[in-house]
Amino acid sequence: MSFIPGQPVTAVVQRVEIQKLCEGDHLILGFSIGGGMDQDPVQNPYSEDKTDKGIYVTRVTPQGPAEKAGLMMGDKIMQVNGWDMTMVTHDQARKRLTKKKEDVVRLLVTRKSLEEAVKHSMCGYPKQ
Amino acid sequence: MVASRASKIDSLRSTVDLLKLPLVLSTRSISERKSQLGGGGGARKAGPPPPPPPPPPPPPATRDNMDNESQYSGYSYKSSHSRTSRKHRDRRERHRSKSRDSSSRGDKSVTIQAPGEPLLDAESTRGDDRDDNWGETTTVVTGTSVDSVSNEDLTRVSKDLEESVPLRCTRFAGPVLGGCLSLFALLTPLAFLVLPQALWREALDPCGTPCEGLYVSLAFKLLVLLISSWALFLRPARSALPRFFVFRCLLMVLVFLFVASYWLFYGVRVLEPRERDYRGIVEYAASLVDALLFIQYLALVLLEVRHLQPAFCLKVVRSTDGVSRFYNVGHLSIQRASVWVLDHYYTDFPVYNPALLNLPKSILSKKMTGFKVYSLDESSTNNSTGQSRAMIAAAARRRDNSHNEFYYEEAEMDRRVRKRKARLVVAVEEAFTHIKRLHDDEVAASPKHPREVMDPREAAQAIFAPMARAMQKYLRTTRQQPFHSMESILSHLQFCITHNMSPKAFLERYLSPGPTMQYQRESDRGRQWTLVSEEPVTSALRQSLVFSLRRLDFALVVTVTPLPFLRIGEEFIDPKSHKFVMRLQSETSV
Repeated sequence: MSFIPGQPVTAVVQRVEIQKLCEGDHLILGFSIGGGMDQDPVQNPYSEDKTDKGIYVTRVTPQGPAEKAGLMMGDKIMQVNGWDMTMVTHDQARKRLTKKKEDVVRLLVTRKSLEEAVKHSMCGYPKQ
Repeated sequence: MVASRASKIDSLRSTVDLLKLPLVLSTRSISERKSQLGGGGGARKAGPPPPPPPPPPPPPATRDNMDNESQYSGYSYKSSHSRTSRKHRDRRERHRSKSRDSSSRGDKSVTIQAPGEPLLDAESTRGDDRDDNWGETTTVVTGTSVDSVSNEDLTRVSKDLEESVPLRCTRFAGPVLGGCLSLFALLTPLAFLVLPQALWREALDPCGTPCEGLYVSLAFKLLVLLISSWALFLRPARSALPRFFVFRCLLMVLVFLFVASYWLFYGVRVLEPRERDYRGIVEYAASLVDALLFIQYLALVLLEVRHLQPAFCLKVVRSTDGVSRFYNVGHLSIQRASVWVLDHYYTDFPVYNPALLNLPKSILSKKMTGFKVYSLDESSTNNSTGQSRAMIAAAARRRDNSHNEFYYEEAEMDRRVRKRKARLVVAVEEAFTHIKRLHDDEVAASPKHPREVMDPREAAQAIFAPMARAMQKYLRTTRQQPFHSMESILSHLQFCITHNMSPKAFLERYLSPGPTMQYQRESDRGRQWTLVSEEPVTSALRQSLVFSLRRLDFALVVTVTPLPFLRIGEEFIDPKSHKFVMRLQSETSV
């Protein structure tokens, strides 16, 4: 999940669609995010590359909409509804996720196990 | 007839003897023997005339002959081939024999004659003697008889002669001239004032208060001139330079011209017509004093101030052991810069110790002895450079382990020095605990235990004995023993005791080689240095100038580089602009 500045980022992603839950007068998604361009990347426990300033899922509330949709702790959020999340500040990320007008968010998330799964499956097939 | 038959029998007998020799011998030697045996065989030897006596074989070649006799098989002078082809064949044979030699010995070599002069010079052999003196046993090595003077004594005597340079009178010519000139210049205004009074006093206009005011100012100005001259210029010269000091000469010429022109004017305009305006004369004298003050200001700037601002960086390297220092100097001429460098040399550079210079001979000599080279050609003296180069190339190709020995020898040396140093430190500390200072108010002990009161010298002698051996061994290991005699150690010990110094302070003199000033003898008349330079020594310092200061056994090489031009910019920081934030990893729940 490391990146080279200037080169396009490639990752194996999973599409996660979360329906926002109405609780009182907020719409909640049921997870917590950490990270961002203005944060200290060294303290991120989930990232492999400690210079990665992306948005990571730090906590998933049990029985919440995010858990139901398949979001896991430690995922890196690459896109939210088409908006890029790899180069945003923490506040921008929060805003993108909590827009009042939207009630469903489609995330592209990536995690290490996805990459490994793809690698394993690819190994089975000989190269053409 | 009998006689002739006898001679025939004799000749036959000689032939038989010859035929007994092994057949492997060349025809040449047989024919040589035949010719040597004389004319008896001459009648029977038909065909080619007896060959000219062959040249005696070279001595090293005779040694080779024993194992390589077959090489002579081509050297048949008796053969009917022409001389040129024989020469070619000789050369070919020689070449072939050379290659055969090298292949038999297994190393690549070319013919080089054994060098006539020793490969290492006399200096290193003397070092060998010093190596022998290292050990516990003091063996006295004398290479000479009782009556003769050894080589070391000779160099020491010549060195002493060099050191005590006889007082040269030309050293004082410059200062004396300058002194006379300045005295003349100082007395001139007084002379200007006094002469009219002495010669035509009656005819002078009376000059009241303004003149007296001028007298006062004149007096004070002269006093200031006198004091500043004394302060600036009346100092004992500390160095004798090879060429004139250009600025000083310039100033003296200026002063002389100045005063001379004033006198000229005075003589023509005042003395001749017997000028009556005394006030004008006093003003004239005052103007001379002013001008002298200004010249002194010029002298101050040129001689003292100009070279204070640093402009060049001098790198000084000692040629024998590579100790180097960097100094910043201002605009100076080469000779003044050399004086400056030498001033700092005596206090900054560690003392020159010739015993520490060379690699031990055991390491160096290994290179030369493992490698034998023979010359088969005597007339090879004109090819010496080629041969030495070939030898060096061959030595370089050979796998060489002397660095290994050097490393271990160094490690061993370090270990030995540290061991001796530890013993010395312990011995000195212990020795210092034996005495203590007696204060005035301490009443002398009771008569039962009378203590002997000693002065510093005796105290030093009392405690020197236990540490003497350790000290001597340490000095010998670090090769410092020529610098410290027993007397000097004792006086240093006395000095330290007198001033309440600790054992460590006493030892600082011996544990590290101090600057050369520390080892000066007071009775020195002066040190002789030679300034070697490609440029004239009165020229100013400039970039990439190199000059060297040479003494008998070492030299200081000085390289000049200009100091870089510094461009310093400015950046203003508002003190209120120092703000910080904590780096966070905040977590937001969405």
